Amino acid sequence: MTIVHVVFIVLALVTLGGAWGVVSARSVFISALFLILSFVGVAGFYVLLEAGFLAAIQLLVYVGAIAVLILFAVMLTRRVMAEEARLINEQWGIAAAIAGFLFVALALLGVGTEWRISTAAPPADSIVALGQALLGPYVLPFEIASIVLLVALIGAIIIARE
Amino acid sequence: MIPLSWYLVVAAGLFCIGLYGALGRRNAVNILMGVELMLNAANLNLIAFWRYVAPAQLAGQVFAIIVITVAAAEAAVGLALIIAIYRSRDTINVEEIDMMKW
Repeated sequence: MTIVHVVFIVLALVTLGGAWGVVSARSVFISALFLILSFVGVAGFYVLLEAGFLAAIQLLVYVGAIAVLILFAVMLTRRVMAEEARLINEQWGIAAAIAGFLFVALALLGVGTEWRISTAAPPADSIVALGQALLGPYVLPFEIASIVLLVALIGAIIIARE
Repeated sequence: MIPLSWYLVVAAGLFCIGLYGALGRRNAVNILMGVELMLNAANLNLIAFWRYVAPAQLAGQVFAIIVITVAAAEAAVGLALIIAIYRSRDTINVEEIDMMKW
């Protein structure tokens, strides 16, 4: 049990604890804060997996933009949900059963399969390689993602306009 | 080195907690938070597989970046919809937004 294993277990507790807090908090605002905790945990996992650029992007985009946007929406719709007593659906039992069953199936699949682990090393300068990949072989998804962002921007403005 | 299956189990747990959150909550913003958890779990899977199965090719990281981009776009549009619904119906309880139910 090296230090890396300890770091992994701590990150797993942070991420899964944050996720559990999202689905079981008593107010929507607390759920949003636990969501931020979960996002930070996932960013820690990316660092552990030697994807440093992706960890930075995760913090910038998910915590810095998406979580802030969710907090905005929570604040703009707060008056209504403050009067609601329950935050849980009437079908939470079936949802929990399905989620539990799916977790068991995925965990058995993940542990039981013989994955072809490669012993190659990641590229030494991974940001340069990532940039060249995004503008080289993967330029089409890159441009389409730009168009998706543009359409979402225009759509969000039009939908949320008075 | 940490076995790949550990990452897969954590990602599976994150996905299933997000699934429960998306299916079992009444507030529309809570449902969106569950969807974001599921997308994070899928990204974690992608990066874990990139690192352990094909680290020399950057396809895993490019895929994850595209997923983050699409998740951001979807969160923006989804929250704009929620705000528009709140403005016109004064509720975001999904059990009360049932105008399109047969």
